[in-house]
Amino acid sequence: MDIISLRQVSKRYPGGFEALKVVSFAVEPGEMLFLTGHSGAGKTTLLKLIAAIERPNGGTVLVNGQNVSAMRPAAIPYLRRNLGLVFQGQKLLYDRSVFDNVMLPLIVTGQPYREAARRARAALDKVGLLPREKANPVTLSGGEQQRLCVARAVVNRPAILLADEPTASLDAAYTDEIMEMFSAFNQVGVTVLIATHDRQLIGKWRKRVLTLDHGKLQ
Amino acid sequence: MRAWLQHHGLSFTQTLGRLARSPFATGLNVLAIGVALALPFGVYCVLGNLESLSRNVSVDPQLSIFLSKDASKADIAAVEVRLKGAEGVRAVRFVSREAALVELSRAAGMDEVIASLRQNPLPDAFVVTLSVSDPALADRLERDFKALPKVAHVQADSAWVKRLDALFRLGRTAVMVLSGLLGLALVAVTFNTIRLQILTQRDEIELCRLIGATHAYIRRPFFYLGSLLGLFGGLAALAFVLASLAVLNRDLVQLTVLYGSDLRLRFPNAGEMAVTLGSSVALGWLGASLSVSRHLR
Repeated sequence: MDIISLRQVSKRYPGGFEALKVVSFAVEPGEMLFLTGHSGAGKTTLLKLIAAIERPNGGTVLVNGQNVSAMRPAAIPYLRRNLGLVFQGQKLLYDRSVFDNVMLPLIVTGQPYREAARRARAALDKVGLLPREKANPVTLSGGEQQRLCVARAVVNRPAILLADEPTASLDAAYTDEIMEMFSAFNQVGVTVLIATHDRQLIGKWRKRVLTLDHGKLQ
Repeated sequence: MRAWLQHHGLSFTQTLGRLARSPFATGLNVLAIGVALALPFGVYCVLGNLESLSRNVSVDPQLSIFLSKDASKADIAAVEVRLKGAEGVRAVRFVSREAALVELSRAAGMDEVIASLRQNPLPDAFVVTLSVSDPALADRLERDFKALPKVAHVQADSAWVKRLDALFRLGRTAVMVLSGLLGLALVAVTFNTIRLQILTQRDEIELCRLIGATHAYIRRPFFYLGSLLGLFGGLAALAFVLASLAVLNRDLVQLTVLYGSDLRLRFPNAGEMAVTLGSSVALGWLGASLSVSRHLR
């Protein structure tokens, strides 16, 4: 069964802008793929539909067999616990330490503190930030902040990782670093969907590519 | 269940920490709530004290019956018989005009006034003590006695008690109105504080939603915040009222020593304090609930 499946999905924003026009595709479990297209092509909108941040105006979005487009609001948090999200514009909390930022998804889902702390440290270790666990995210470099976002996205061991321009603000060395991480998660069975407009990156990694052009899938 | 308890504990300590991290703003909020609550609660306490005080003053239901100046001995005797025969009368005491004058002259500063009088202006009078304190009985007897021959005037000495009672009723109503209004103020203060807090934590709230926080999880700390503000405000109000009563008592002691009595303001009892604290917490919770449903969809 497909882990993500979009059928005839359209999204029109208030004001009439059509972000997606009748988009259909499916992703198999354990797949890693790119979503690309020019700026404003609808990449972010598509990710938002999968994470139930936005609702489609037409068609159905299925994640893990659940119809996200018709989901009760009360069920959405439980869907999101199965998703790791790396956002554009980072959304780190600067009033707490690196460690506490990674703890947040575990606290939100009610993990026992001791177990949560162990997993948070493991995730920080995986992205090479364990020595900085007590630091404030403000003091981290751009690449480190992005790695922190990745750690926070995977700490809950989600089945699906959605990343929106995860390398946009990074130089080549950091970009490779982040991509290696995504690849490593993919190898342990996580489905990874990366939205990026970086053609070089896509060329390097020989994965399936979905290309959006003015809201239509090419 | 364990996760739920863990989060309750966590929101509680986090909220406390948040309050402690901005001591000035927290202090002002608590002060505003405290003052708002201390007013009605303080008035309530003072009123309660005055009421119990007025109950201590012995108020034998009495009627004073003043006879007209031209009443003869026979008239007086006739009236006395009628008074003693009336139903509900316990005792009848005759105060002659001479006796009344002597009594009056004993009152401080009155001798000179009386000495300057050429004749005794006072009438003969009866003081009638009723067997029960029943306003209806007193009213009926007052009317009956007024109708007796040679009776010039009947005065119910318990009338002022009734007036005082009416005043206290007015006071109690005022406390209720004041409590209502200032309770609203408390709700408004917490509503606004929590609106600000929601705005400050907008990023965190948005992030928590994205990583799978339930609605209840996101709202919980704000309910704690409202209730805690109510609790601290209530404690402040109690402190204000108790301190004011203590200060008043100190002054009162000096005053009552001069008058040779032992008058003390009673402190509110545990029940009254608990009700004040409880309603303050409840109002804080209400303000939080309104604010959260308005600002956190």
